Amino acid sequence: MTSTLDPATTRTPLMGQGINRIDAIAKVTGEARYSGEYPLDGMIYGWVVQAPIAKGRISDIRPATTLSMPGVLAVLDYRNAPRLSDAGDGELLLLQGDRVYYRGEAVAVVLAQSLEQARAGADALDVSYLAESHDVLFRADHPDMYTPELVNPNFPSASNVGDVDAALAAAEVVIDQVYATPAEHNNPMEPHATTAHWDGDTLLVFDSNQGASSVQMSLCRLFDLPRSAVQVKSEHVGGGFGAKGSARPPVVLASMAARLLGRPVRVTLTRQQMFAMVGYRTPTIQQVRLGSDRSGRLQALDHLAYSQTSKILEFAEQTAVLSRMMYATPNLRTAHRLLPLDVPTPRWMRAPGEAPGSFALESAMDELAQACNVDPVELRIRNEPDLEPDSGRPFSSRNLVACLREGARRFGWDDRDRRPAIRQDGRWLMGSGMASSTYPARNAPSTCQVQARSDGTFEVRITASDIGTGARTALTQIAADALQVELDRVELRIGDSDFGPAMIAGGSMGTASWSWAVVKACRDLLGQLDAHSGAVPAGGLLARADTKDDVAAQADVTRHAFGAQFVEVAVDIRTGEVRVPRMIGVFAAGHIVNARTARSQLIGGMIMGLGMALLEESLMDLRFGDYLNHDLAGYHVASNADVRSIEVSWIDEQDDQTNPSGIKGIGEIGIVGTAAAIANAVWHATGRRQRTLPIRPDRVIS
Amino acid sequence: MREFGYQQVSDVETAVATLATSADARYLGGGTNLVDLMKLGVETPELLIDVTNLPLTDITETADGGVLIGAAVRNSDLAANPVIRQRYPAVAQAVLAGASGQLRNLATTGGNLMQRTRCSYFTDVSKPCNKRVPGSGCPARDGEHHNLAILGASEHCIATSPSDLAVALVALDAVVHVREGDSARAVPLTEFRRLPGDRPDLETTVEPGALITGVSLPGLPIAAASRYRKVRERASYAFAIASIAAAVEVSGGLVADCRIAWGAVAAVPWRATRAEAMLRGKPVAIESFAAAADAELLAAEPLEHNAYKVALIRNVTVELLAELTGVSR
Ligand SMILES: Cc1cc2nc3c(=O)[nH]c(=O)nc-3n(C[C@H](O)[C@H](O)[C@H](O)COP(=O)(O)OP(=O)(O)OC[C@H]3O[C@@H](n4cnc5c(N)ncnc54)[C@H](O)[C@@H]3O)c2cc1C
Ligand code: SF4
Repeated sequence: MTSTLDPATTRTPLMGQGINRIDAIAKVTGEARYSGEYPLDGMIYGWVVQAPIAKGRISDIRPATTLSMPGVLAVLDYRNAPRLSDAGDGELLLLQGDRVYYRGEAVAVVLAQSLEQARAGADALDVSYLAESHDVLFRADHPDMYTPELVNPNFPSASNVGDVDAALAAAEVVIDQVYATPAEHNNPMEPHATTAHWDGDTLLVFDSNQGASSVQMSLCRLFDLPRSAVQVKSEHVGGGFGAKGSARPPVVLASMAARLLGRPVRVTLTRQQMFAMVGYRTPTIQQVRLGSDRSGRLQALDHLAYSQTSKILEFAEQTAVLSRMMYATPNLRTAHRLLPLDVPTPRWMRAPGEAPGSFALESAMDELAQACNVDPVELRIRNEPDLEPDSGRPFSSRNLVACLREGARRFGWDDRDRRPAIRQDGRWLMGSGMASSTYPARNAPSTCQVQARSDGTFEVRITASDIGTGARTALTQIAADALQVELDRVELRIGDSDFGPAMIAGGSMGTASWSWAVVKACRDLLGQLDAHSGAVPAGGLLARADTKDDVAAQADVTRHAFGAQFVEVAVDIRTGEVRVPRMIGVFAAGHIVNARTARSQLIGGMIMGLGMALLEESLMDLRFGDYLNHDLAGYHVASNADVRSIEVSWIDEQDDQTNPSGIKGIGEIGIVGTAAAIANAVWHATGRRQRTLPIRPDRVIS
Repeated sequence: MREFGYQQVSDVETAVATLATSADARYLGGGTNLVDLMKLGVETPELLIDVTNLPLTDITETADGGVLIGAAVRNSDLAANPVIRQRYPAVAQAVLAGASGQLRNLATTGGNLMQRTRCSYFTDVSKPCNKRVPGSGCPARDGEHHNLAILGASEHCIATSPSDLAVALVALDAVVHVREGDSARAVPLTEFRRLPGDRPDLETTVEPGALITGVSLPGLPIAAASRYRKVRERASYAFAIASIAAAVEVSGGLVADCRIAWGAVAAVPWRATRAEAMLRGKPVAIESFAAAADAELLAAEPLEHNAYKVALIRNVTVELLAELTGVSR
């Protein structure tokens, strides 16, 4: 490198620094625009009408009354809706026929001059249905339970190493338990919203999602349009947790409505509507069987997971997959079963698979530790594998043991009395518990463009998505480091599908995948600049990168982040109250890009894990077939007062096999293991195992 | 949501007269419950009469040594009032145990007493509910009722009253002052709200459209040591799954007098008169407290998913009474 970009002009790397979010001021002042906030000329508001039956068909829609109401322009339903092509997601084939597949499914959109008029029109819309008897009861012994071929994202549904049955029969110690987790709803702060506008055959949407290119792709397929005819903008997004991981009904409905009217249309969902229309975490029932010798060395691990899906899309949660890589055992079997019901399709929710799966596995490990009278931390260290137990592949890096030791040290675990139900503090029984955490560290292809401008600044364009994680800031740091310039010389533009295909903010793969494309493009640009002796020509310089081939060429190793969580709980068994005075998490997740936003992600995950352990539960009403507690007064997420002392830290981890920046992704690992750590601590406090989440007062009271 | 009119009034006469002009008007306090229910289509008034500007915003001491709390006194102001905090601490504690700071800044005393049940069928107009649509049925009985009533319910409705404040008030002999048309009336809070019977749509014993002007608490020495304890699923910002307001006066190791009321167990703030009667004159001991709670709970009719509340309210009663009397468990 030469001249203006010479590293000898010494700059401290930005990687790792706790830089404030660069969009913080825009967000707190309201300058940042969210998808439901773009005012377009002549815009019309759509209000979604939802089916009040769980199964059946629409026998008639009589829109006359609604159409006569003030401000109402049209009713979009299956009779006048544009025809859609299958984009591989049955949930998106909206208003294409008279069948109703679940309660709360969109059956019409009322379009009016104002939101209030649209809502009033929707309330008045006269729709009759022929209801059929529905089945929404999730249970393991249902005759329709089947084995899917693959589970998400594309794992074989079953795995088998050795002879699990024989090993269990011969094992000195056996744990055989069933664990259950409920349906949970993601509940990002910002409800889904789309503003759609057609200009001839070109579609522009402002949409709240976790990946503008993925939504663009779905719209192209649904409306049979080339990529050049669809632009998706998502500059600011108020959370997703997986609920915005792909195109969801509002973007399709708004696009259809805008096409019908030839005017821009905005469709926003209410919190209540989100409980039916945008996905949730499947309930699970899991049987875990562990066989070990008396010292706790595993001889067999058997993990069988049941979950549900809808009748219009197979969504197979990868619940037992983490058991394939967690602990060393010569005999290892995992399997999944899936039950299609007359329910909305479950989707990804923060750490899909790992979050519910770890509750079962890490609870069972605690039960094994108890049965063997071995310290739970020591038990895990004893079962630490050298290679991935299921596949025999090496790990790119694996620092679970380091996290366990560091977490134990920070928590003061070593002085712990292992006996349950012996500590009391006033009305509280006190206990402590721990669990391991893990999450895959994958990369997906992404593209990026970097432009050197003649004023010495750089513009980086990538279809990344900042759903509140701080990705915008982290990528700016990465770009500045790659370009070896200060932060203020880099302008990062994200959330626009025109910038080219890129990974979504999901699977903890966003920052990792995007960073690769950013670094690659920046390096290319530096090379070009070098060729120009460091001087930017008048028209600027542009570098483009696509990491498709780089990702495909990655070595066949297994990549995961790891962590360990330790918690203290206080339980009042007379009232069933469980409080969590202290939580500590230690993680090994490659290079941490931004200490401040990383901390937020990790404590955010653990807080959501606390909610999962004690509070979150979507209650299915069997008679009506919907999730009943569909608002934030009925569906409890953790409040500030639930979170007392919470501390996270990470160990330095150098992993050269993830991506050029050595990043592993931290969006999800924080929630993995938290619920088990809390359940294990509740056992330690009370002597009673909690194998069903959430650990509600009625399950604790004795 | 239906279009509606909005009117501010500055005196009680105008408020009452304005209500009479419409078949379907409601008084509007802070709106923290009513407006939510209007958005959901549960309430569909054609006119809202804003009563927060009525001269009912003071807490005044009365001749009998008690206080009169104006109906428009905000929950935050009520909880912060020095007289309330000293003489009726359970009232301040109950208010602070409810909702959130922002909501309490808006919510009024009258609105709090009139707030409606949180039963999830009641708040969803796509479902039947006897309280909302008389005769349509009560799906909660065979459905989700983990936080519904164990006392005083009927086959027609098992809803609970969610107010924390009302529990403390009913324990301390509060009286509700209402205007029904031209006449003013004082109704003890114990008689103000109705049990569902076969008319769960009727929630009070006063005329529909009666204006609450205030709530009075009598001079009551025992109240100075009163306490409120709320059990909820999360540490804050949640409705009670069981709550209790209590006060005990001890003399010579015996319970000389006591006040006990329960929340989240019935459609009314439940004054535990049987428990009180059982406890008076008994030795201050865990056994007495448990026996008192059991006496009240003889009438309990728990269902499949709320049976835990029987043990819960019993336990929390014993705990609070023990705490108040310094008995260790
Ligand atoms: C998220 C959330 C959490 C909450 N948590 C709790 C909790 O934990 N504990 C708790 O106790 N409460 C809780 N609440 C409820 C809150 O306390 C009530 O909404 C509030 O007290 C109602 O008062 P308001 O003045 O806003 O009433 P409004 O909403 O204005 O009115 C409520 C009802 O009272 C009637 N009304 C109002 N004033 C008068 C009057 N003077 N005379 C006659 N009728 C009148 C109205 O017509 C209406 O029917 C919560 C509310 C929310 C939204
Ligand atoms: S319990 Fe009462 S409020 Fe709830 S559904 Fe039944 S009738 Fe309606």
